[in-house]
Amino acid sequence: MSFVKLTASTLAIAAVSATAAAARDQVQIAGSSTVLPYASIVAEVFGENTDFPTPVVESGGSSAGLKRFCEGVGENTIDVANASRKIREKEIKACADNGVTDIIEVRIGYDGIVFASQQSGPDFAAFEPADIYNAIGATVVKDGELVANPHQNWSEFNSDLPDAEIAMFIPGTKHGTREVFEEKVLLQGCEDTGAVAAMEEKGMDEDAIEDACFDVRQDGKSVDIDGDYTETLARIDANTNGIGVFGLAFYENNTDKLKVATMSGVTPSTETISTGEYPVSRPLFFYVKKAHIGVIPGLQEYAQFFVADEIAGPSGPLANYGLVSDPELAKTQDAVANATTMGSGS
Amino acid sequence: MTDASMDNPTPARSRSLSQTDPNTRRRNAAERRFRAYGMAAILVGLFFLTVLFVSIVRSGLPAFTRTVVTVDFTLTQEQMDAAESELFKTKAYSNLFIASLQEQLQQRGMTVEFDEAAIERLLGKVGGTLRAHYQANPDELSQPVAFELAASSRVDGYFKGRVQRETLQDSRFLQLSDLDLVDALEEAGIIKQAFSWAFITGADSGVDNPGGAGIGASVVGSFFMMLVVLVLSLPIGVAASIYLEEFAPQNRFTDLIEVNISNLAAVPSIVFGILGLAVFIQFMHLPQSAPLVGGLVLSLMTLPTIIISTRASLKAVPPSIRDAALGVGASKMQAVFHHVLPLAAPGILTGTIIGLAQALGETAPLLLIGMVGFVARGYPEGFVEGFTEPNSAMPAQIYTWAARADVSFYEKAWGGIIILLAFLLTMNIIAIILRRRFERRW
Repeated sequence: MSFVKLTASTLAIAAVSATAAAARDQVQIAGSSTVLPYASIVAEVFGENTDFPTPVVESGGSSAGLKRFCEGVGENTIDVANASRKIREKEIKACADNGVTDIIEVRIGYDGIVFASQQSGPDFAAFEPADIYNAIGATVVKDGELVANPHQNWSEFNSDLPDAEIAMFIPGTKHGTREVFEEKVLLQGCEDTGAVAAMEEKGMDEDAIEDACFDVRQDGKSVDIDGDYTETLARIDANTNGIGVFGLAFYENNTDKLKVATMSGVTPSTETISTGEYPVSRPLFFYVKKAHIGVIPGLQEYAQFFVADEIAGPSGPLANYGLVSDPELAKTQDAVANATTMGSGS
Repeated sequence: MTDASMDNPTPARSRSLSQTDPNTRRRNAAERRFRAYGMAAILVGLFFLTVLFVSIVRSGLPAFTRTVVTVDFTLTQEQMDAAESELFKTKAYSNLFIASLQEQLQQRGMTVEFDEAAIERLLGKVGGTLRAHYQANPDELSQPVAFELAASSRVDGYFKGRVQRETLQDSRFLQLSDLDLVDALEEAGIIKQAFSWAFITGADSGVDNPGGAGIGASVVGSFFMMLVVLVLSLPIGVAASIYLEEFAPQNRFTDLIEVNISNLAAVPSIVFGILGLAVFIQFMHLPQSAPLVGGLVLSLMTLPTIIISTRASLKAVPPSIRDAALGVGASKMQAVFHHVLPLAAPGILTGTIIGLAQALGETAPLLLIGMVGFVARGYPEGFVEGFTEPNSAMPAQIYTWAARADVSFYEKAWGGIIILLAFLLTMNIIAIILRRRFERRW
């Protein structure tokens, strides 16, 4: 009877699942969507050049990746978390609570954050952090008073900017890029516009001021993008006045659609970022679970391969894609080779 | 005579059917209007379908061709040994190929100025293909081998009209002067567009290598997932519905089950993904990113659909069939399996195929079990490995491509949609044929 056959196949599947719990042979990676392109380049080349299987790289954002990283030790957890920011104390603690105590931090290079608009849109050529803060900060200084952001057009607070409606598409809070954007642009702009001074006058303490500076207006002039840069690009495509926040590599891949603005007078490029002239850049990291080294085949080899001169160096494929290579790469290579964990005197 | 007619001021309403009175005209007009609305609705639907179809085909067709460089290349044993001794072996292979191509072009006496860097910009990632070829065919060393290798994504874009001379800005990816070389090479027949088998048979590739990316591996991933879904949800679903429909007593408990099944059918698919992550990966320790887990999650999602459609088709079998079978002395089980189930089979199969088609296009639950992302393992080594080795699925692959910076991946995403739609269409046609062939009406 067909029913018997079907039951038998069900049992066969169950048997397959039982054997499937055997050892995992590929490195499992998750995290920042900014690091994802680089990790996928390395994963492909690693698979092509070694006898290890190609690692699996998932996206989802730095915070989501680190959360999964800290879920515990074992084959059913990920080995590597990609992050576009440093791991937070809170996350290290969460990791430790779940038994993930030895973490190797690997800095792979730097990434620039650029402000770009539609190629045929208004002439957004130069920004200062103050402009961005005036455009999307929740409370700004107007005529010496702290008020809820009343600005509708860019030219209202800076006559050098075009008379165009404010429409900014910024990375959502689960992206590591948001944190850099907040610290390097919003906080700076908050100070430059005098908002910080005005808040101090009102007797706010330092934390409250920082929070207030990071507050973004909620009236639709600034839109959080939780997806990838392609989503930001699609929004810019549909909005002539839109300004998007992108990674340098993404912008360089789409120069036919986007034009980039200078920040504090500096044009973003790998050169200006590596010299530190361009202000909005951040280091990119990945974190390795030391407990998995020796258990998951190819994990340490992957980490070493990633930071090798041929890959992450200035003439490697990562730099060619848009990563600003780390001048202190040699130090990172040593740390990876010795599996130096965080907080062990490095 | 005229008086007589004037005596009759309200002429009797014509009762003739061949003459329409205002009331009938109004009703007829209402009907015509309603038909027009219906036609308009269908036309609007057709219009959007056409727009969708045309835009998918127009954006997706370029994915099926790629720009290739066809060159003879000779690799010696010494060169291979030297390349193999490096850490970045594929780069060494690629450099050898570039040097060889440059030499060949110089011998041909090209009129266009070019250097090694320009050739490097024209080529896609060729090292991986070269190394894989010589690893598999070591006997082809030291003799010329004709290679057809992918050009870089910008050159591909130049051939497909994405990159234009007028708007091109010099970058490290492509310079305006490179296009002169491309034109010259095209004239020499070295660079041309060809049908891209790599797109249909290949696996995913890194973000800087769109020329090598293909959907084949994820089609295999989807196939193994659908196998799991079919093998699990068809017997379980059919058994559950036969019991509920034919054997179970009607009481509070079975009512509760029925309500829950209907509710489950309406649960958003991402919820099943969360469940799958918690139960299959974190509790049962099944492998991450594996089609097995994907299939299990999708089975949970498909089960309610199958149960509902199976119950409907069992209900559609007239009670007289059951009564007749029982009347001649068949047991309840014999009546069900010998008479009711065969008659309900077409409906059950149609429901199953539609459930499978729905599962085939599902991305959300796969997000959480690690099948969405960069999964470039290629084809599984064997049947069992097909279930357990990491793989992606078609919709997941399309989603991943759509998020990449390089525009040629966007094109591939559309190409992937065409292939996915082809599969869905085939499944739906099979469902229709089955229904036409075997369905009986009473």
